[in-house]
Amino acid sequence: MTALLDVAGLCRRFTVGQPGPIDRLRGRKAGVLHAVDGVDLRIGEGEVLGLVGESGCGKSTLARVVARLIDPSEGSIRFAGEDIAAIPARRFARHPMRRAIQMVFQDPTESLNPRWTAFDCIADPIRRMAPLPAAKLADRVRELADLVSLPEALLSRFPHQLSGGQKARVGIARAVALGPRLLVLDEPTSALDVSVQVVVLKLLDDLKRRLGMSYLFVTHDLEVVRLVCDRVAVMYLGRMAEVGSVEQIFRRPSHPYTRALLSAVPTGEPGVAPQRITLSGDPRSPIDPDPRVCRFLGRCPQGTDRCATEMPQLRPMAPGHAAACHLADAA
Amino acid sequence: MTVAIANPPLLAVEGLSVTFRTRAGDVKALERVSFAVGRGETIAIVGESGSGKSVTAQAVMGILDPAGRVAAGRIGFGGMDLLQASPRELADMRGRELAMIFQNPRGALNPIRTVGDQIADVLARHENLKGPAARARAMEMLALVKITDPKRRLDAYPFELSGGMCQRVMIALALSCRPALLIADEPTTGLDVTTQAAIMDLVGELGRSRGMATVLITHDLGLAAEHCGRIVVMHAGHVVEDAPAAAIFAGPRHPYTAKLLAATPRPGRRLDDLASIPGGQPDLRRADLPGCRFLDRCERAGDPCRATELLPVETPDAAGPRRVLCARPLPVAVAA
Repeated sequence: MTALLDVAGLCRRFTVGQPGPIDRLRGRKAGVLHAVDGVDLRIGEGEVLGLVGESGCGKSTLARVVARLIDPSEGSIRFAGEDIAAIPARRFARHPMRRAIQMVFQDPTESLNPRWTAFDCIADPIRRMAPLPAAKLADRVRELADLVSLPEALLSRFPHQLSGGQKARVGIARAVALGPRLLVLDEPTSALDVSVQVVVLKLLDDLKRRLGMSYLFVTHDLEVVRLVCDRVAVMYLGRMAEVGSVEQIFRRPSHPYTRALLSAVPTGEPGVAPQRITLSGDPRSPIDPDPRVCRFLGRCPQGTDRCATEMPQLRPMAPGHAAACHLADAA
Repeated sequence: MTVAIANPPLLAVEGLSVTFRTRAGDVKALERVSFAVGRGETIAIVGESGSGKSVTAQAVMGILDPAGRVAAGRIGFGGMDLLQASPRELADMRGRELAMIFQNPRGALNPIRTVGDQIADVLARHENLKGPAARARAMEMLALVKITDPKRRLDAYPFELSGGMCQRVMIALALSCRPALLIADEPTTGLDVTTQAAIMDLVGELGRSRGMATVLITHDLGLAAEHCGRIVVMHAGHVVEDAPAAAIFAGPRHPYTAKLLAATPRPGRRLDDLASIPGGQPDLRRADLPGCRFLDRCERAGDPCRATELLPVETPDAAGPRRVLCARPLPVAVAA
């Protein structure tokens, strides 16, 4: 599989706690939050990569950098052979490549303009990037609505007149309107009911095949990952903890964090509790972290002295499977 | 069955109907909702959004929106009817006997008071504890819900804490006066899997050690199955099935429960195995609502289903009684 997206050494840092004048006199400096810290990522043509991790681990920031909504601090993003990391996010909005990378947001209500009808929401990217005459535009929007099984009669409605599932469809129709090659989905189903979630997941699975897209699927629901993803990347505090195929991650998780994550999934069997690995302690701070210490140290059930002096790097465990842990054994 | 008679339930909701007055007509949000929770028992109320789960919880807590009106029913709690209680009596009970934790912990906590002060408020109201004594108890509570460094966290504001930590504070707040019943309204929606597991384990553990009954409101059947002995399934304001969790998973009797189960992702299931539920819940403002509100979404629907009134059918089950609101229930699963 050729890589559609190849991200290397990607970092995104935020300055936090800008000191006031008195703080400066006292010699206090602003902290630097390492939201994404040296991440490598590849997504093949037609592949779905699941990105999992707890809130605050930087998965949404990574998704936004890849979707080019915000700029990386360091690193390269090669998309279809071209490095797009250097194009400022503001310029990228008008860049021809914008059409190829689109995003579906988490909250279907918040991400739609409340004063626009469903029609306007779906037509917006076309009007901006590839203007069409009115009649053709209407045809195209109807075609898109049909593609996501949104009844045509609903196109004239406003977001507040639509159900959660219908709004999710509008968000997806808008994202695929320009025929993107990569769709970045930030928790697309976490705000939906179980019954609606199934429909949306099936729709996404179907669209991927029909339109030949690749997905970067951000979620914290491992059951959803198992259902729709080909490969999984597990993030912990800005760093990649483990990458592998769904099969490898679910069957032979190598990183202690991945194991804890998997053990937290409800079994779905009445009265059967999984063998839970409880993580005690607080996560380390992502602000000015010590570059030599493993980010998981302190919560890791296995941490050793080496973990406090040497940051573990991703090492291959099996073909296509890598984990960043000193204690992980290759299969 | 005999045990149930000898041991009256802690909470008994009987024939509860709630309507909301809106400009577009009366919304019959709940109709003849009945279920019971025994002392120390953990049950789940499961259903889609808009099925009436939260309204049920609000009615029990006496915190219904002013537009909502209890049209009929009784909410028995430890020998008294909560619907007949005066606002003063209710205020005395809330926090002491009945407690609730909400879905959005950051929104439910007061943003401009420290968490220690908020716990101390409850203690001052119900136990007359003030000053250092209240502070000491608040710290104990934070330690109980496994917040690290509770002494320092007492002076933290909600915005300084993570979502999981805020939810722990809410649990500490709810449990500070040892209530007999805890209602948890989607306590882990929006939290990470690891945090969700930790919070649910904490609620379960505290419930067992303190003999507290818990009502878990969720739309996740998997979560309900893992943590609750009995599951009450709601659809469009009706309780459609009330049965032991094991019995529901072994063989649901209401077609809606079956569909909900078929839509829930579970280990070993692929995307193709999952089926969505067709249609939506009926408009609860309709004057001609049928007795079965699942009628339009059900493929088993026949003539007996069109009756204007439908009464729940009770069948005994090995693990306890089981009620189904359906004229044509699915057959009882043959015991393995």
